[in-house]
Amino acid sequence: MDFEYLFQLLCGGLVKGSIYALIALGYTMVYGIIQLINFAHGEVYMIGAFVALIISGVATLSGYSGLSVLIVAAVVAAIYAAAYGFTLEKIAYRPLRGAPRLSPLISAIGASIFLMNYVQLAQTPDFLPFPELVPEFEFMEPLLQYVSSVDMVILVMTALTMVALTVLIKYTKIGKAMRATQQDQVMARLVGINVDRVISATFVIGSVLAAIGGVLIASRTGQINSAIGFMAGIKAFTAAVLGGIGNIPGAVLGGLVLGVAETLGAGYISSAYEDVFAFGLLVLILILRPAGLLGKAVKQKV
Amino acid sequence: MLELRNIQTYYGNIQALKNVSLTINEGEIVTLIGANGAGKSTTLMSICGVNPPRHGEILFRGQPVHRLSAEAIVTLGICQVPEGRHIFPQMSVLENLEMGAYLRNDKTGIKADIEQVFGRFPILEKRRNQAGGTLSGGEQQMLAISRALLARPSLLLLDEPSLGLAPLIIKQIFEIIKQINAENNTTVFLVEQNANQALKIAHRGYVMENGAITLEDKAENLLSNEEVKKAYLGM
Repeated sequence: MDFEYLFQLLCGGLVKGSIYALIALGYTMVYGIIQLINFAHGEVYMIGAFVALIISGVATLSGYSGLSVLIVAAVVAAIYAAAYGFTLEKIAYRPLRGAPRLSPLISAIGASIFLMNYVQLAQTPDFLPFPELVPEFEFMEPLLQYVSSVDMVILVMTALTMVALTVLIKYTKIGKAMRATQQDQVMARLVGINVDRVISATFVIGSVLAAIGGVLIASRTGQINSAIGFMAGIKAFTAAVLGGIGNIPGAVLGGLVLGVAETLGAGYISSAYEDVFAFGLLVLILILRPAGLLGKAVKQKV
Repeated sequence: MLELRNIQTYYGNIQALKNVSLTINEGEIVTLIGANGAGKSTTLMSICGVNPPRHGEILFRGQPVHRLSAEAIVTLGICQVPEGRHIFPQMSVLENLEMGAYLRNDKTGIKADIEQVFGRFPILEKRRNQAGGTLSGGEQQMLAISRALLARPSLLLLDEPSLGLAPLIIKQIFEIIKQINAENNTTVFLVEQNANQALKIAHRGYVMENGAITLEDKAENLLSNEEVKKAYLGM
């Protein structure tokens, strides 16, 4: 058995999986609070990548390049995506609060199609090259056969983002309000939490995570178009379900498992069947553990 | 202190409250008794702005509050312990208490109040880092009442605090309610099916049937009222 090859695949899988995890967090957080699958989430990710493309394009033309451009691009993309997420919830979902569950779902699909076509019209349906912003780090030399510098940046940035998210949810006031709203919405209102504001915040945070994911993956694949949100969205949704929808650590675990499974399948069997491995794994896990990997209900005394 | 004037509340097209009027004076314990489904919980949810009345008025210290958001009503000092306790199941005991003080910003005051809760209920201090959902029913009720007190309410609404608890614990809970009323000068509006216990600690009482108030009197008079005895006290 070739352990070096296996290790390479594992690293590649983790990189891919951490991006899935970033996007999956948005799905799972929104679902946890309003039981809605926000199908337009993949498009927010795509828009994040486009904004970063524009920013880094301008920066490159003005003679700037390197990691700092990537970070600035990511920040602007995150702000932009946050505005999209906020507006999306206001326009597409809030008016349907209290409607049967199918209505906001249809609205989500509509919003997804709208955003995809809007970017296609406003920008282009073609693939655009995404500039290489991550330099080859010298200290990466001995590791280069396993992970590239870009991959390292992706792993570090996702890890930092997830630490920040954990701190936000565990210790800040809005984080506690989000958890309370997720666990018991009526009681959240009775202690004085403005549930509408919490829902908006959830969309904003999810969109920021998706945009960061979009920027990172675009700098890895080197090209983007208006349709990348679709597959990424479906995969991340799969990751969220895999981990147990509504469960935040589950989304991260689901993303990593999905990424590794895909890469291993592609590496050992055939890369043509990459998606088959992803969805096959989903089917398998849903048969064995219908609530997802971590999706078990905490026992509650009544 | 609180006055309900002919409120009518609906669930969709179904009318749950039909012209409910009642008054609660400062410092009182007032109880609302009635059978299952009479509209007692709906009355509380209407006061709290979770299910606001479609018609009628609610006045708190003379000001109309029936159009305010649930958040604004908590800010005014009206707090509810809902039926079934509604502890945040995956949050620790400490976090549950902190959520009660969600709208407060005085960190030291909150800390002192939490210490006071732990002084009153040592069992909660012992379980401070345990998930709320793992507590026993009695412990959850203590936590739910304490959480509401952390908002420093001037009017505390209690919905069936004795539901599903052992007789010994029920006695303890009613003792606590009396204490809160006496020590903190908190006005209490107590909804109960356990009419006997509720009327024993209350000053006044209302009887509700099918979404309407049918009787109102001093608690001791209700306790000796023949109809109440037959319908609610099992005598």
